[in-house]
Amino acid sequence: MVTTAARAEPTRDDVWGWLAEVMDPEVPVLSVIELGIVREVEIAHGAVTVTVTPTYSGCPAVQVINAEIEAAIRAHGVEEVHVRTVYAPAWTTEWIAPEARAKLKAYGIAPPGHLLTEELVPLRRASAAVQCPYCDSMNTKLRSEFGSTACKSILFCEECRQPFEQFKAI
Amino acid sequence: MTAPAPSINPPPREPANALFEYLLRLGDDRLVLGHRLSEWCGHGPILEEDIALSNIALDLLGQATIYLKMAGEVEGKGRDEDALAFFREVVDFRNAHLCELPRGDFGFTIVRQFLFDAYDAILLEFLLKSTHEELAAFASKAIKEARYHVRHSGEWVIKLGDGTTESHRRAQAALDALWKYTPELFTCDAIDAELEARGIAPDQALVQAKWNEVVRDVLARATLTVPEKAVATRGGRQGRHTEHLGLMLAEMQSTARAHPGAKW
Repeated sequence: MVTTAARAEPTRDDVWGWLAEVMDPEVPVLSVIELGIVREVEIAHGAVTVTVTPTYSGCPAVQVINAEIEAAIRAHGVEEVHVRTVYAPAWTTEWIAPEARAKLKAYGIAPPGHLLTEELVPLRRASAAVQCPYCDSMNTKLRSEFGSTACKSILFCEECRQPFEQFKAI
Repeated sequence: MTAPAPSINPPPREPANALFEYLLRLGDDRLVLGHRLSEWCGHGPILEEDIALSNIALDLLGQATIYLKMAGEVEGKGRDEDALAFFREVVDFRNAHLCELPRGDFGFTIVRQFLFDAYDAILLEFLLKSTHEELAAFASKAIKEARYHVRHSGEWVIKLGDGTTESHRRAQAALDALWKYTPELFTCDAIDAELEARGIAPDQALVQAKWNEVVRDVLARATLTVPEKAVATRGGRQGRHTEHLGLMLAEMQSTARAHPGAKW
């Protein structure tokens, strides 16, 4: 039991700083801030409300992330914490910052490309070349749009003969 | 078949809350179809497809969770998404028959998925403009998923239909069996009419027209023939289901019912 003296009400910057240390459980090199899912932080009468938007409707990490956000703020002595979910504007990989893209690549996951507008069922799929995160070759092929988690695709590098994953653009 | 099947009358209900019913239809289509797809987990014909079908199942279950959560809030009787998914009886389910049919072979699963995915992506485009704020907001999220779903199933329909003799035969057989279940997606009863009047849901005829355009274009590219003479089935939206749904729910609901209130 820690006796806590009355703490000053945290500022929004404090809370953003704390959340920068909450990592995505499935891609542990990115924080929830770098991932772009924290949309807003509000503080009123000592209570903190964090607004988050989910990456995917069925992502099992969402509940874990919400619980970790709440725990991280409570760990700084805030007693009343609310995590609110919003769906619009919908999360997009365009919100992942350039530094975070570099971290993904270093972790072995190719960062997301940019969104291409396409017809519903394209005859030939428009696809931007994806760089292999291991050998930097651009000679890679999409194997499947679906990977080990909702947010990743499976690709194959023809140069270093390695399968790898890409954070898919949505 | 010697005697006509006895008619199943839905139990007496309170006056329908149209929005609640509509959200159940959205939620149940995705819950039931998502469960059917999840049956492929560990049984896919190739690893990539096993992963893809399981991913899509997860998206559909996630979407179902959100529609059913909204339904529970609209109903206002304290039922959450789990109560609605696991503690309703078969006659209370509002999914279209298309979603509850057994998974069949991979060709059947893919053709069914394409017919549904195209409907989902087109419906969501309309729901983006819904006057129901939360529904419109969620549509902006779900449409991203629906678009890659239909891209996946549509490409497979073309591969199977325009593939080998055997893959063509199976895809055509699936289409022949499934086509009669598609008009139910676009039926318009008093509930649809009320929601359309309130600007919450779109005119079903417009959704169907766009669906026809997209689906027929892909089926033509797949060299598959649309069975024009199929007789439409209906009843799922009112709780009258095929024998398959009860069996599926018995399995799907068994754990939640054996351990009510359990947390994990």
